[in-house]
Amino acid sequence: MRIVVAVKQVPDTAEVRIDEERGTLVREGVPSILNPFDEYALEEAMRWRDELGGTVTVMTMGPPQAEAVLREAVSMGADEAILLSDRAFAGADTWATSHTLAKAVEKMGDIDIVMTGKQAIDGDTAQTGPSIAASLDWPQITFVGFVRELNQESIVAERYVEGGCEVIRASLPVVITVLKDANTPRLPSLRGKMKSRKIEIPVWGREYLALPEHEVGLDGSPTRVVKITTPEIISNGEIHHGEPEKLAALLVDSLLGTEVH
Amino acid sequence: MNYYLSEELIDLKELCAKIAEKYILPVRAELDEENRFPREIIEVMAESDLNSIYIPEEYGGFAEMFGGGSMALTVATEELSKACAGVAVSYAANALGAMPILISGSEEQKKKYLPDLASGKKLAAFALTESEAGSDAGGVKTKAVKDGDTYILNGTKQWITNGGEAQVYTVIAQTDPSRGTRGLSAFIVEEGTPGFSYGKKEDKMGIRASSTMELIFEDCRVPAENLIAREGHGFLVAMKTLNKSRPGVAAQAVGIAQGALDEAAEYASERVQFGQRIDSFQGIQFMLADMATQVEAARALVYSTARMIDAGERKYDKESAMAKVFASDVAMKVTTDAVQILGGYGYMKEYPVEKMMRDAKITQIYEGTNQIQRSVIASALIKETAARGK
Amino acid sequence: MASIEVRKETCVGCGECVPACPFGAITMDDSLAVISDECTLCGACESSCSYGAIIIRTGETVETGIDQYSGILVLAEQRDGTIDHSTLELLGEARRLAEADDSSVSVVLLTEEAGDWPAELISYGADTVYLAEDAQLKHFRTEPFSKITEKLINEKKPAVVLAAATTTGRDLMPRIAKNLNTGLTADCTELSIDPESGGLLQTRPAFGGNILATIVCSDTRPQMATVRPRVMKAMDRDENRDGVIEKIELSSNDLVSRTEVLEFNSLDEGSVDITEAEVIVSGGRGMKSPENFALLQELANLLDGTIGASRAAIDAGWVSYPHQVGQTGKTVQPKIYIACGISGAVQHRVGMQSADIILAVNKDETAPIFEFCDVGFVGDLFEIIPLVIKEIKKRRK
Repeated sequence: MRIVVAVKQVPDTAEVRIDEERGTLVREGVPSILNPFDEYALEEAMRWRDELGGTVTVMTMGPPQAEAVLREAVSMGADEAILLSDRAFAGADTWATSHTLAKAVEKMGDIDIVMTGKQAIDGDTAQTGPSIAASLDWPQITFVGFVRELNQESIVAERYVEGGCEVIRASLPVVITVLKDANTPRLPSLRGKMKSRKIEIPVWGREYLALPEHEVGLDGSPTRVVKITTPEIISNGEIHHGEPEKLAALLVDSLLGTEVH
Repeated sequence: MNYYLSEELIDLKELCAKIAEKYILPVRAELDEENRFPREIIEVMAESDLNSIYIPEEYGGFAEMFGGGSMALTVATEELSKACAGVAVSYAANALGAMPILISGSEEQKKKYLPDLASGKKLAAFALTESEAGSDAGGVKTKAVKDGDTYILNGTKQWITNGGEAQVYTVIAQTDPSRGTRGLSAFIVEEGTPGFSYGKKEDKMGIRASSTMELIFEDCRVPAENLIAREGHGFLVAMKTLNKSRPGVAAQAVGIAQGALDEAAEYASERVQFGQRIDSFQGIQFMLADMATQVEAARALVYSTARMIDAGERKYDKESAMAKVFASDVAMKVTTDAVQILGGYGYMKEYPVEKMMRDAKITQIYEGTNQIQRSVIASALIKETAARGK
Repeated sequence: MASIEVRKETCVGCGECVPACPFGAITMDDSLAVISDECTLCGACESSCSYGAIIIRTGETVETGIDQYSGILVLAEQRDGTIDHSTLELLGEARRLAEADDSSVSVVLLTEEAGDWPAELISYGADTVYLAEDAQLKHFRTEPFSKITEKLINEKKPAVVLAAATTTGRDLMPRIAKNLNTGLTADCTELSIDPESGGLLQTRPAFGGNILATIVCSDTRPQMATVRPRVMKAMDRDENRDGVIEKIELSSNDLVSRTEVLEFNSLDEGSVDITEAEVIVSGGRGMKSPENFALLQELANLLDGTIGASRAAIDAGWVSYPHQVGQTGKTVQPKIYIACGISGAVQHRVGMQSADIILAVNKDETAPIFEFCDVGFVGDLFEIIPLVIKEIKKRRK
């Protein structure tokens, strides 16, 4: 079983703050992390590799420093890592990103499954997984909460949707996007950390992937950001202080004033 | 303070912090409340290779990568103890149990036992204490009588950390009662050996996540090849083991103290009384300043001792006793002050500092009481003075 | 190849762009903005610069036949023969957008048996309903749904395609957009037509809700967007509206799929769907332990509500993931939202800010939640909530 896990380096959005005067993002001191959802995809891939044999290859597209998340994935147990990095890849939207990632999967050859997290916490689009599937013309199962079965021919997975869960069988090769429910990601091991310090990570660029300029990066992106604003907060609430008894009574007043029944 | 830890030690520290955050913090109150051994956390630690950091490469470990293993064990134990000393001691007790084999075991014994201890497939425990043999190891009553190619063990060990959870026990027993401490010998006893059973599990004041149990030996036959070193060397093996493991207890104490200091400082920055944050009051400020200074001083002493051991120094009984005594006294003081700063909240189980205070107490007691440690320090001092006088 | 340039003569060295960069790629050097290799050409600085000194250049683009596209197509979502409310919301929004250039609104419905729904969709704003009925369209399956929709788009050439940002829409739309070589914006919370270009301005939260990004798709058609449910308003039902129902001819190839739905399990009765709840009592880091959530459960039971939680409480393992409210959890819109021990970080806020009434209990009066709640109570929730429970029981007697 050869599994590719597509991961992303993201700013830890939980740490991002807004400069209220200027209305801009304060990036200073915000650490870059492995997209948390991708950890579940990685764990799922490693879980099945451990059971069926094979390899797990992590790949990411990003600037040279994105290599850090690949090394982190190796310290958790990934076998190989590939970095897709090229100035020409900058500014890619989900179309261009998935196009490039799919080309890399083709280049690797004989891949059975591509796994990725449900979404990345910076963009929250959840589009890259299905777009990779479209580029490769593979079937897809998105929002996978549990993989029931996997063998060389097919996969059976539970897809968590509004109001329930679909159990879906798909033929391989396939792209799946994984939810938090799927597993508990393992921690890095010291052995893995040692390997991650030493492993050579090949860097693949646009020319190596034989992609024309107009299919990658900003040039290959149909969408463009034209404006960034910070959401306005309207503050007109009443704030109460005082003894717990008084506060509780006031709370019940406001509750019962609007009670549903 | 920047201790300029190696890259490998920083990795280790981060890994332990992650384990603490993800696996220990969410359940520490529950483990404490239920007196429950954290089997699943111990498994996670094993999967992350934490049991291998003090075992040499040829037996499946990473000790060389960390320059020996003492500093690695210190850093790991401290980091885990910040979150829960009960979990941390369950981890560190493996090292204590493995130490007699590491220090004095034969090549065959090392090959047989260390790889499984390094991988965490098996856990270890060290069994010295008995009801009448605490600080005075010479009081050990458990007997080992040679019979052909076996020893027959009879007796009861008390308060054994990891008892009932470990698979490999290093046990100190009397082979020649007429010779006192010189009649002691060390044995490896595996779980499941006929005649070896567990007694009651203790209900403790603190470190309640750890398992503390009686070990009962009734005509328990142990192969003669399980004798560590030679007959009569048991006391020496035990002392070397405790000398080497003492910085580990000190590291627990530093971890507990740091955890309490962090809680107190955070609380003081949030709690408002008389319309101000309480950390704006000098009374609280001076307390916090003293606590922080004491913790840092304790850490500096513990790290220096661990580094000394890793550097290959042969004699470190005085330093290791100093580190243990100082760090554990600091832990008791700092956790008590932390409860004080949190006031009424500090006394309640909703906040973790009362548990830290209970956990801290044991570090002044086990692996040699602080009174025994002071005797060790004093006697070393007297010897040094005498040597200078010559 | 695309590039970014700082015009030396125009840059005044004000430094506004430095914090605007989400990637920390800009530094000021001698009153000139310098852009490092960490730049991803995201465009945040370009829009932050008041002097137009930062320019992102792209390679040549060929605009092909954009003028041939017009109107708005909505993808209807159905389960077991019932149309999802989000489809009606999209029709309402599409109607509003269509007024800008007097274009038409169509909807595509793929189902086993449509029943009265095509007429209903017209009552809610559709001018044309494209309908395909087949037993094999009973369950949503990515491949047949995307193939049929792609063919329809190629034939009808709508300028805008909208679907709900549900698990169906977010599965289907990226596949269609990739195959049609056009742009897609996810999870929009605001749509409008740019009066100058006539293009669709698609606004969505990003960076955990910290910013709102407005995105355009200027050179390709259709312009595709998924829209967050419960944000747009459906129009009032109008039985007198006229519309056309047009059947889609299916070929057997359209229905080929490499996936099959083996079973569908509805959520058990005991399980939670917090997005449907009218009252949510939610807890955060301040709850301190899983046991304390019993307190919130008791209050929720009294109010016929359910339990919610912030990411901090979920990550600590106190409450299970289906209860999570916020950017990485669910978006909820209850009548009453009671936030207990929740600081109100932006990631949480984006998931619950459209509640009718937000009540907050927190002992830290500087907590951000007090900046946007309707009524706030500064105090210890462990004192206040038990008293609230007592008080409700007393008043109900």
